[in-house]
Amino acid sequence: MSDTARALLVANGISKRFGGVHALSGVTFEIRQGEIYGLIGPNGAGKTTLFNVLTGIYPADGGEFAFEGRSLAAVKPHEVAARGIARTFQNIRLFANLSALENVMIGRHVRTHATVFGAIMRNARTREEERAIEKRGYALLEYVGVARRANDLAKHLAYGDQRKLEIARALATDPRLLALDEPAAGMNATETAALRALLERIRGDGTTILLIEHDMKLVMSLCDRVLVLDYGKKIAEGPAAVVQKDEKVISAYLGADVALDVKRA
Amino acid sequence: MHVFFDTRKHPWLVWLGFALIGIALALLPFALAQVGTSWVRITNYAILYILLALGLNIVVGFAGLLDLGYIAFYAMGAYTYALLASPHFNLHLPFWVILPIGAAVAAFFGLLLGAPTLKLRGDYLAIVTLGFGEIIRIFLNNLSRPINITNGPQGIASIDPFRIAGVSLSSSDTFLGLTWSGPIKYYYLLLVVLMIVIVINIRLQNSRIGRAWEAIREDEVAARAMGINTRNMKLLAFAMGASFGGIAGGMFSAIQGFISPESFVLVESVNVLAMVVLGGMGNIFGVILGALLLSFVPEVLRYTVGPAQMALFGRTIIDPEVIRMLLFGITLVGMMLFRPAGILPSALRKRELETARVPAATTA
Repeated sequence: MSDTARALLVANGISKRFGGVHALSGVTFEIRQGEIYGLIGPNGAGKTTLFNVLTGIYPADGGEFAFEGRSLAAVKPHEVAARGIARTFQNIRLFANLSALENVMIGRHVRTHATVFGAIMRNARTREEERAIEKRGYALLEYVGVARRANDLAKHLAYGDQRKLEIARALATDPRLLALDEPAAGMNATETAALRALLERIRGDGTTILLIEHDMKLVMSLCDRVLVLDYGKKIAEGPAAVVQKDEKVISAYLGADVALDVKRA
Repeated sequence: MHVFFDTRKHPWLVWLGFALIGIALALLPFALAQVGTSWVRITNYAILYILLALGLNIVVGFAGLLDLGYIAFYAMGAYTYALLASPHFNLHLPFWVILPIGAAVAAFFGLLLGAPTLKLRGDYLAIVTLGFGEIIRIFLNNLSRPINITNGPQGIASIDPFRIAGVSLSSSDTFLGLTWSGPIKYYYLLLVVLMIVIVINIRLQNSRIGRAWEAIREDEVAARAMGINTRNMKLLAFAMGASFGGIAGGMFSAIQGFISPESFVLVESVNVLAMVVLGGMGNIFGVILGALLLSFVPEVLRYTVGPAQMALFGRTIIDPEVIRMLLFGITLVGMMLFRPAGILPSALRKRELETARVPAATTA
């Protein structure tokens, strides 16, 4: 396959059990460089678990991810970030009592080098690095559109702004793959439209996106390809328009009886 | 609103302020000595407590790791100094050699405490650290047999004072027509150390390292996902905090001239923690204020409760020793009820980029 050369992330038979529950069983897929890859499925299908295995929060029980050709097995969360995978969380996890700007500045941690001695001595190199971190922080806040709240505590930001701030913080780690866990959750139509434009722009600037989302309109219009999970198994994968018409997908979302009715109608 | 002290328009005002504070701090011990030498000594102990509180603030305030055994590091520093500069082993190393050793020993024990507790937070961490503090104290109490290392509960006496250029800091001298008592000389040394520690703390907080600590305090999972090596950063916080405790302990040893395990009991850990919490966790100047208050208020009460009763009722109804701790306790409870985040809560640090200048409110 000619696409393997451009594969950014390869998931090979990922399995994860919690006691007797098979949260993920043998999930295999591949994300190509530069695409927006959707990950959908009913509640409890294993989407967030997949994120947690990918980012090293849970170890996989079987299978492994390969990112840019290198295995991610047994790689710790902070090393995953250093490799170039950044994520956001379904239930926003900002550093609530720090300012919006500081949140983004913390994202630069993994790309900067000041040691404790550099910090205490505050030598020219450390000062230069600090300036660069702050400048980049502001630039990213502007990029996502919350620069005017730079000096407000993260917890005082409006919900939509918090979502954007979380994206800015993830972008601060210079990711090559940005994994977003339901970024549009709780957003109104206007905010979702703005988010869509932002994600297009991030992709346009060269970052591949893995997107978990329940807003089907957003998924169908934004994603190049979509993976559908149900009960931890892959039930469909392909271009959004194709997946949308897949019988298994319809029945997973609506229940088998309804799916038949829909077909008849 | 008219601003009287517009430091942006007149940056020299900042320097004037620093100069005035400097002069006040320089003259303070001589003013206090007029009231009584004991007040200089009380001030010195207050500075030691500030050093301890600032060290603990790194662990508790910045990294958010509740530590109830912090006084153990003070003990490590104190015993390191006492063993290397007293007749006990007949070693008399100079203080500038021992203080770094004491800091390193304390930092090592900080790592020793940090390593097994990396996965613990909150109450669980508090219990383990409490146990650690007690273990250290009990060891100090019992390491007199079979080989006498710590001299047990009798403690170590005749500890060398600090000597700078052959001048002992403990004895009284006359210089420039002024009487420089031991406590006054130590005061200046403590002040210099305190200034250095404050600068280190401020710089750490506003650095990549300090932000990583605060990220761990706020949300450890998110911090990890942002690429922060939480294990190393937590160990660093324990080691840094402990080393400040170790330095403070060494100075305590020299100032006292005598130490025993009794100085390092649990209530001392609790006291230092109360200073951090009362002043405002994570706020350096809040913590300093908290340490000053908790050091001075009991002493002030000691000297005022008795006379106040005499003046009001004509006789001493309640023993001053008893009532002063009662008043102190009530003050603490009241403080926590009315200002639960501390006197100076951890402040939002506003940043204004020199290159972009995006003030928070004006662009909205």
